[in-house]
Amino acid sequence: MYREEMILQNETGLHARPASILVKEASVFKSEISLIKDDKKYNAKSIINLLSMGAAKGDQLVIEAEGEDEEIAVKELIKIINNLNG
Amino acid sequence: MKGIATSSGIGIGQVFLYKEPEIKVVKQNIEDIDLEINRFEDSVNNTIEEIDKLYKLTLKNIGESEAEIFSAHRMMLEDPEFISGVKDKIKNEKVNSEFAVKEVTDFYVSIFENIEDEYLKARAVDLKDVSKRLLRILMGIKSIDLSTIDKKSIIVAEDLTPSDTAQMNKEMVVGIVTELGGRTSHTSIIARTLEIPAIAGVKDITKLSNFGDSMIINGDTGEILLNPSLEVIGDYEEKTRELADLRDKLLAMKDKESLSKDGHKVEIAGNIGTPKDIDKVLENGGEGVGLYRTEFLYMDRDRLPSEEEQFDAYKIVAEKLGKRPLVIRTLDVGGDKELPYLNLPKEMNPFLGYRAIRLCLDRKDIFKIQLRAILRASAFGNIKIMFPMISDLSEVREAKAIIEEVKMDLRQENIPFDENIEIGIMVEIPAVAIHSRAFAKEVDFFSIGTNDLIQYTLAVDRGNQDIAYLYNQYHPSVLNLIKMTIENGHKEGIWVGMCGEAAGDKKLLPVLLAMGLDEFSMSASLILRARNDLQRYSKGEIRDHLDTLLSLGTSKDVENYIDENILK
Repeated sequence: MYREEMILQNETGLHARPASILVKEASVFKSEISLIKDDKKYNAKSIINLLSMGAAKGDQLVIEAEGEDEEIAVKELIKIINNLNG
Repeated sequence: MKGIATSSGIGIGQVFLYKEPEIKVVKQNIEDIDLEINRFEDSVNNTIEEIDKLYKLTLKNIGESEAEIFSAHRMMLEDPEFISGVKDKIKNEKVNSEFAVKEVTDFYVSIFENIEDEYLKARAVDLKDVSKRLLRILMGIKSIDLSTIDKKSIIVAEDLTPSDTAQMNKEMVVGIVTELGGRTSHTSIIARTLEIPAIAGVKDITKLSNFGDSMIINGDTGEILLNPSLEVIGDYEEKTRELADLRDKLLAMKDKESLSKDGHKVEIAGNIGTPKDIDKVLENGGEGVGLYRTEFLYMDRDRLPSEEEQFDAYKIVAEKLGKRPLVIRTLDVGGDKELPYLNLPKEMNPFLGYRAIRLCLDRKDIFKIQLRAILRASAFGNIKIMFPMISDLSEVREAKAIIEEVKMDLRQENIPFDENIEIGIMVEIPAVAIHSRAFAKEVDFFSIGTNDLIQYTLAVDRGNQDIAYLYNQYHPSVLNLIKMTIENGHKEGIWVGMCGEAAGDKKLLPVLLAMGLDEFSMSASLILRARNDLQRYSKGEIRDHLDTLLSLGTSKDVENYIDENILK
């Protein structure tokens, strides 16, 4: 298992379009990937899950992956989240 | 009976009563878990197939943005949490798929609905819609299919969803009446796109009418006649024939110039909001676009449109128009037209507040992206830039300076654009009309925005029903401001157009002609009629009436004078 922490910088948080971009990107990896906010786990491949977490700018998130491509998955997703704008 | 007229025209046909099949989910205990899970998976696959079909149908019959909703539906159906949630319920509680689907849907819907966010609330509706379809397939309930309509029919329904309108056999649908909705609801927008007469907001119509009743609807007045006599049907049929004849006569005007009786030439152009609208303008013989409202590119989404997106949206219209002019109005939002993602503060007086050019000059980052996209597109046609909500000459100067900066960047990057692009302003604030001579010295054209000009001159909120009677385009003060603006523009050698509702007003057409208005920009559907009417009036003759007309006391006096002395 591999995990990293990050702070969400995106203006509108993680909803709407940013969330659907993230789901598409996450689905590329074989590992199981979760976003953890306030000790609650959300499946990064689930649009319904990501939308219901209601993450806002400034929230602290943990990205965690388990599987053969876990490290690269976490690193890539952090990059993508940091590059989301809007 | 009467409702809200949402799509114009007369429809005569039989009632096709469209009620959604009722779906009642009952909890059942099951024995064979694997069998139940297989049943669930099969149904999901069938539902996806159905959604894909709807996507393609909508793409073909209606348009890309309308089809997008079905990709969202598909994403939800393929959602791993949704799928595993249902499967876990089936496994752990030994319940039927229907019950499991309903429970999981309700769970997420309640989460979405409890978050204060318009976007998520809309997703709750999507989720319910998808889940309803899945349940229907699981239970083997056939839906009434609007594609099977084979007689001239008027659809009567509570409301129609995108799935419904996508399937509709539009050849046979001559009208749509719904209990819910208004001018901007989904059904109304689609009806206007497809040119099907429609009326919304008719309470209890699904209870009052029966399958096969005959019905007449008038999409211009909102009137509905249920089971009219044969005589009345005959009258209406004649009326539709007359309208069709008039339409043919008008179509003959399509490629003609816009000339008055005494040979004075003006330009009659169309107003558009999306790139698709340009087709209607061209079909109706528009000589250009006098107003491209760009705010629609920014609305109904969750982030700003990129430069490329905007460039594409401007370029395609410019190319279709060729040499004909395309006036692009820069972003006109704020106040009543909100962009949730900009997080603008709520205002007490939105129409007098932080909006349009005021917002753009404050948020130069947003403004520059739009100007870059417009300038790049200017290499592909005859584009002109127009600023909305100008109240002070310093705003014009500042906005022009920003255009210069953007031009400089483009030159350095060797990106082509029209070096001589015309820059104009909306005249919609009385301050500008009164002082228009000074403004005319620094811009290339004026376009009079009557909707706001009336509202600001008369201090009447145009959205407030209680004072709607005060909002009037015939008010002598408004007409005097218009005349002053046209004259001052001409004194400084610039052209003056109009893009508010008044430009398409039958009664004002001869008056504006006499004042010397150069360009009339209106809804596409009004262009041909205006060109036809124009031939009846002589500019020289009507000019003799102007002094009398403009010195009258009230709006009513003005309207009566036009009726009695000019229209005759």
